[in-house]
Amino acid sequence: MFAATHLNVQNMRRQSLVQILFMLMTAILILPVLIILATLIYKGGPAISFEFLFSDPRDGMTAGGIFPALVGTVWLVAVALLVSVPLGVAAAIYLSEFAPQNWFTRIINLAIINLAGVPSIVHALFGVGAFVLFFGFGTSILAAALTLAIMTLPVVIVATRESLQAVPLAFREACWNMGATRWQTIHRVVLPNAVSGILTGVILEVSRTTGETAPIMFTGAAFFLPFLPESVFDQTMALSLHLFVVSTQVPGVPDEMPYGVALVLIGMVLAMNSVSIAFRMYLRGKKKW
Amino acid sequence: MVEALREIAIDADMPSRLAQVTEPAQAKLEVRNLSIAYGGTPALVGVNLEIQENEIFGIIGPANSGKTSFLKALNRMDMFNSDMQVSGEVFFNGRNVRQWRNVYALRSRIGVVFPLPVGLPMTVYDNVALAPRLSGITNKAELNEIVERCLSRAALWDEVKDRLNSLGSLLSGGQQQRLTIARALSQEPDLLMLDEFSIAVDPVTTMRIEDVLKELRKEMTIILVTNLTQQARRLADRTAFFLSGSCVEVGDTEALFTGQVEDTRTADYIAGRFG
Repeated sequence: MFAATHLNVQNMRRQSLVQILFMLMTAILILPVLIILATLIYKGGPAISFEFLFSDPRDGMTAGGIFPALVGTVWLVAVALLVSVPLGVAAAIYLSEFAPQNWFTRIINLAIINLAGVPSIVHALFGVGAFVLFFGFGTSILAAALTLAIMTLPVVIVATRESLQAVPLAFREACWNMGATRWQTIHRVVLPNAVSGILTGVILEVSRTTGETAPIMFTGAAFFLPFLPESVFDQTMALSLHLFVVSTQVPGVPDEMPYGVALVLIGMVLAMNSVSIAFRMYLRGKKKW
Repeated sequence: MVEALREIAIDADMPSRLAQVTEPAQAKLEVRNLSIAYGGTPALVGVNLEIQENEIFGIIGPANSGKTSFLKALNRMDMFNSDMQVSGEVFFNGRNVRQWRNVYALRSRIGVVFPLPVGLPMTVYDNVALAPRLSGITNKAELNEIVERCLSRAALWDEVKDRLNSLGSLLSGGQQQRLTIARALSQEPDLLMLDEFSIAVDPVTTMRIEDVLKELRKEMTIILVTNLTQQARRLADRTAFFLSGSCVEVGDTEALFTGQVEDTRTADYIAGRFG
């Protein structure tokens, strides 16, 4: 009665086959990441030194370090985050918690999805038109960071909205029934449970902002500027653009240098991500239902 | 002589009887011609009933008879559902809730317990302290006192007093349901509405909660929606029978359960011949 029939055996074989196949797919997925990291560490590792990180580029960028670019990227990411996180989170809260479901909100949602699909070079041109020229910020950190912020806004909005909607409606209803206003409910019940999801959005945004080149090329990033920016109205170097420059635009750059820049760029993203991931894991540890 | 005395006696009774005629005891809740529809489809039609102060008012009826919608209309939860259209009047303490501006104050005076226990994702303590905090109480000692009192009244204090800081959503189902009741009590409600509270609760806990309700009726009015007809019989003073979106009849619970019904459907439902 319990002997495996032909069909049972076949089903089990099929399951093993599928499992192995999908495992291989997953392995292939992480292969590029490993290869990229290995190459960068192997070729760029020797370039990394205290001097490389903390000194200015010299000799037409064929020697010296990347300090101004490093600092510039931190500026750009920080200002972009300062703008896009409050804006994106507020918009997502409005769309998810307050807005009635009608044609107007549907159009807004459509606009957000389309904004995410706009190529970064188009954002760059928009940034030039709007922030550099129209608002008169000139080519500056502010203009570049605003362009980056607009570009990454959909990421924050979508991630926030999804994490808000993952909080069960029953929690909201329980709260409303007690006489809480919508905002009291959001602030005491919904947001505390959505923070980890919102952080995921921010992590994604940081990664993307750090690496983008096109949007900052015309709006605020300088080819070569061996000074640190003093305010958001200054121009600045940035790692991503610097990588582009040393690998294609300047003759006579030593081989390990572009790899070193790329390694620092990736290292920065990973470092920022791991801080957010650690924070998120801490919050998930307190997961509540 | 006897005739004269009888006249005096009648006269002595008069003022109080007159008072009864001119000033009837005000109903806690008066529902007039209440109808509810969802996007044009009627869910409840033309309900008229009165609920008296300090009574347990049972509502029985099969699924989809409009019981939950009825409760939602009472504390204006239709506000959160643009699909839900409510017409008619509901007077709570003599005031029409349909025209009540400050719906938040209204809801804070009505405690609600749901079919499935909803332990909010915060500590046991915070669950019970939420409503007082919403109403602006921040004093720690006062909050402590409220939390202990409400948990005790919901027959949960002894089980959770040592783990007030663990998550409310991690308690067992029966404990969570009592936590929900404690939370409703922390609002200091005038009216407690329970919507099939025993669905996800074991029989022992159900009996404990029923004992709690018997105590609570001394201080508040209770609406008990249940699909366990025997539960209504155990607890309710009067019972309404809802069926497919209308209130078939309202009557004294014992009378309904002993066959003194106006509508045979009520007797059939109570006897378990359908539903």
